[in-house]
Amino acid sequence: MSVIVDILSWLAILSGSAFLIIGAWGTVKFPDFWSRLHAVSVTDSAGMLLLMLGMCLQAGFTLITVKLIIIAIFLFITGPTATHAVANAALVTGLRPKEGHGLVSELESPTVPSPTAPEVKS
Amino acid sequence: MFAVAAIALFIGMVLVLFRLYAGPSLYDRVLAVNSFGTHTVLFIGVMGFLSGRPDFLDIALLYALINFVGTIAVLKFFRYRAIGDIPQIERDIS
Repeated sequence: MSVIVDILSWLAILSGSAFLIIGAWGTVKFPDFWSRLHAVSVTDSAGMLLLMLGMCLQAGFTLITVKLIIIAIFLFITGPTATHAVANAALVTGLRPKEGHGLVSELESPTVPSPTAPEVKS
Repeated sequence: MFAVAAIALFIGMVLVLFRLYAGPSLYDRVLAVNSFGTHTVLFIGVMGFLSGRPDFLDIALLYALINFVGTIAVLKFFRYRAIGDIPQIERDIS
């Protein structure tokens, strides 16, 4: 029984680590802010959950697993929320994706002109 | 087994730090800081398991809470130009 649990936790931890590295590598390699949002959320969701699963299996039915589940639920809720907040702040202050002009409904002018965002091509 | 996870997390942290340094726009950096925080939470958890001290998970939970609040605070400042008096800003925009 414990051998199976060990193998499962080993698999979960390995795949979680793989997703973490893939997400981090995507964060570096992707050309544009808007495509990096996807890469970051890969680590926030898949990598984190699999790693937490591996640790929960390793810890068995103890208080540690309860704490791990609490952390996993919290991260699962706040990860996408934070990513959405970043995307909203970027869009409103005028950061536009490189490709696909016209696809995004062009706001007439960014409501809050931001010194850090590139000037908006009218 | 957890050593593999620790090494992977460390590599992930280094990559995200590079994005934090090179990120052209401000929001790349905010994204990188948020991702670095998540990596740190996982790293604390893994180190807790490695060193056989389960009470590290409380620190990891606290770090996750503070990381989220920090990210939202920075974004709120750059989105609304102020953290405090939002009603005054809303009147200007609408």
